[in-house]
Amino acid sequence: MKYFRSHVLVCVDPECLEKGAHQVMDSLNDELVATGLIGEIQVLETSRIGGCASGPEFMVYPEGVHYVGLTPDDIPFLVDEHFLKGRIATKFQAPVKKIVDEELSAPTAKEVRIVLRNCGIIDPENIEDYIAQDGYMALAKVLGEMSSDDVLTEMKLSGLRGRGGAGFPTHLKWQFTRDSKSDLRYVICNADEGDPGAFMNRRVLESDPHSVIEGMAIAAYTIGARYGYVYCRAEYPIAVRTLNLAINQAKAMGLLGENIMGTDFSFDLEVRMGAGAFVCGEETALMNSIEGKRGEPRPRPPFPAVKGLWDKPTNINNVETYANVPQIILKGAEWFSSFGTEKSKGTKTFALAGDINHTGLIEVPFGISLREIIYDVGKGIKEDKAFKAVQTGGPMGGCLPAKDLDLSVDYEALIAAGSMMGSGGMVVMDEGTCMVDIARFFMDFIQDESCGKCTPCRVGTKRILEILDRICDGKGMEGDIELLEELCTQVKSNSLCGLGQGAPNPVESTLRHFRSEYEAHIFDKKCPAKVCKSLIRYEIQEIACTGCTVCARNCPVDAISGERRSPHFIDPDVCIRCGICVQVCNFNAIEVI
Amino acid sequence: MPTINSLDDLKKVREEALRKRDLKSASGQKQIIIGMGTCGIAAGARETMKAILEKIERENLTGISVTQTGCIGLCEMEPIVQVQVGDSQRITYGKVTNEIAAQIIDKHIQGGEIFKEYMINL
Amino acid sequence: MTMEAVFMTEIQAAVEKAILLHGESRSELIPILNDVNHALGYLPAAALEEISFRLKSPRSALFSVASFYHMLSTKPRGEHVIQFCESAPCHVVGGREVWQTLREQVGLEDGETSADGKWSLITTSCLGLCGVGPVIVIDEDAYGNVKPDQIADILAKYTD
Repeated sequence: MKYFRSHVLVCVDPECLEKGAHQVMDSLNDELVATGLIGEIQVLETSRIGGCASGPEFMVYPEGVHYVGLTPDDIPFLVDEHFLKGRIATKFQAPVKKIVDEELSAPTAKEVRIVLRNCGIIDPENIEDYIAQDGYMALAKVLGEMSSDDVLTEMKLSGLRGRGGAGFPTHLKWQFTRDSKSDLRYVICNADEGDPGAFMNRRVLESDPHSVIEGMAIAAYTIGARYGYVYCRAEYPIAVRTLNLAINQAKAMGLLGENIMGTDFSFDLEVRMGAGAFVCGEETALMNSIEGKRGEPRPRPPFPAVKGLWDKPTNINNVETYANVPQIILKGAEWFSSFGTEKSKGTKTFALAGDINHTGLIEVPFGISLREIIYDVGKGIKEDKAFKAVQTGGPMGGCLPAKDLDLSVDYEALIAAGSMMGSGGMVVMDEGTCMVDIARFFMDFIQDESCGKCTPCRVGTKRILEILDRICDGKGMEGDIELLEELCTQVKSNSLCGLGQGAPNPVESTLRHFRSEYEAHIFDKKCPAKVCKSLIRYEIQEIACTGCTVCARNCPVDAISGERRSPHFIDPDVCIRCGICVQVCNFNAIEVI
Repeated sequence: MPTINSLDDLKKVREEALRKRDLKSASGQKQIIIGMGTCGIAAGARETMKAILEKIERENLTGISVTQTGCIGLCEMEPIVQVQVGDSQRITYGKVTNEIAAQIIDKHIQGGEIFKEYMINL
Repeated sequence: MTMEAVFMTEIQAAVEKAILLHGESRSELIPILNDVNHALGYLPAAALEEISFRLKSPRSALFSVASFYHMLSTKPRGEHVIQFCESAPCHVVGGREVWQTLREQVGLEDGETSADGKWSLITTSCLGLCGVGPVIVIDEDAYGNVKPDQIADILAKYTD
């Protein structure tokens, strides 16, 4: 590698370009040639170094000096000062100022952080950090000055609904559990976040575990529960560890256990780890699992609020639901309900994944559009490709096409569009995604996770998967689409729990919005997105091929033949469609047909 | 650890925690905060933390506290390291490899200059 | 002592430790199974028998639970267990290629254990690390942003 003593990174963002970044760069190159420094200093293009407003700008490394407000005429002076005399040309140096961060911080303006307020801010392993952020003040307020009815009223006014997916009003669940006659009641936190692509709960548990503990304690006080469980999936070992640590610290401080804060309220909490079964995210299956049984769902009714864990009335909420509670108590129902829409109040966390620039967790108020989530908060599709679909609601949710981008995100609107809120996973797919392949993929997951207790789900999902498999394999038959539709209806209406009832959603929604892709697979034996291997062919374009032999040498099955310096040829019968030749070809001569 | 038996006790703990935090800022303490959620660890945060601690020890640097936090939600930028010097604004760096971590300590912690190339906005 | 006797002692120690920690109660079954599975790498029939005796719960009930959960295994697992996240977010960011390379390099299919007992290859449901996908986990170590050409290096860390 050639050694340069300095690197100059010139910002070529649109704003800097408009102000003449290229002219500055040309002038810089000219001057470096003139002074004979060109072999020692490398000039490169870069973006976003933070001072576009006073551009053109560049950074000089290794010193890390940031120069702004440059014109081509300033360059000779700057080169002389900095590179020949080795002095920083302070005249052009950008001041290191606090607002640098703010200048760059616009894209997330549409986010509102209630649940995630402490995530990444506090040390989750230090309870004092949480207390410094008004932690446990809500519990103190509830214990000191609010009756059970007061809490229920506040929760009702806030409009908080279950964040696990179904959106059932939280205050009603609490009230039903409280009003069920029993000597013992339980609270459970459902932290069995199994939806692929959803990791909002993991983040809250790992980053701010006390907010969940405090929310659960408030719920326990309201419904009269003495014990609680957090059921966390085994795939989250760090979340389990952090949570246990947090519980122990809370116990040591007397914030859990007997006579909390000198009142007669006592509450103990235990973490239960799952053992890898998706269906345990279903609340009745989860309770079976806590009891040490197979995690199979129970028929409802009776609902957990009446007959739950060990047949006692049980309130079960999601991690995010509990994490909202302390803030509602502290800041009031009116503040909370100022976010969101008429029926969906507050915020929702989403996990953005797939072909999107900003993957990760976001928290936005209800009522925001999918477009705003994907293009503003998520910063658009990777490599500026075209948006094709977004899958919301986890594996049992649906795929929404581009025409639904302006949909307002709330519980009702998503269901009306044929998807659902779910727990908040969002998988964004670009134009290169085959929707039949995606439907097959989700069905494979659901079929694998079906617990087998009821026949419609156990057998129905298997049959649906078989049909999708053969369509992707190029063996789809006339009538397959109709058969799929019929199977979907049956599985949906006859399954015992949410898993089976939601299982057909990915197939139904892709059939609804991308039916032509199914038809292309079945009738034309073509995969429009060029994903399904049985339906594509690789072909070398004679005009572009230089006969360099790179593809033939890299082909793992020797499917490519041809003389050096003359066009090559791929034998479709031998080719396994691995795509290596496309990756290695330097002349873009290989096309997928 | 103190036991909390009343609202007043809780308030005292809070005041104490806030006081400690202010003290850190006022004394110009340099804080390095590493995102140690699972995603950070998967992207190599543990190695980054090790590199930071080793460098501090090797070069006998003082007045630096190294703590951890959870996930800040920018998974594609992991491993993430935040730096706060005194009461100035907390600066967040992304994709911090061992080498970049060393440079952050040299430039930002020791040199007082923000290492813009790897800075990310929140 | 014979190999079997050594193994029996190991099993009894693992069961004893788990029961001591969680209590001799049917409701603690899953935490106990998790611990024993973790200590021994899998749940040998003898361990289930011992737990069944201690918890006064029929063996059939224990087997039904042990076979229900993915993370519990009634078959021996390799020295190192490789888990590959097969969920959609990893799938769409290149997981398919990683899975193919992984299978080729260890010479195993999903659920198999190598003849020398070194590796087990299993798929797992979402690990919640979608932001850094594709993800593989070896034993307790998670690796994110995995590219096919990095797999050899990652595996090499476990071979010496």
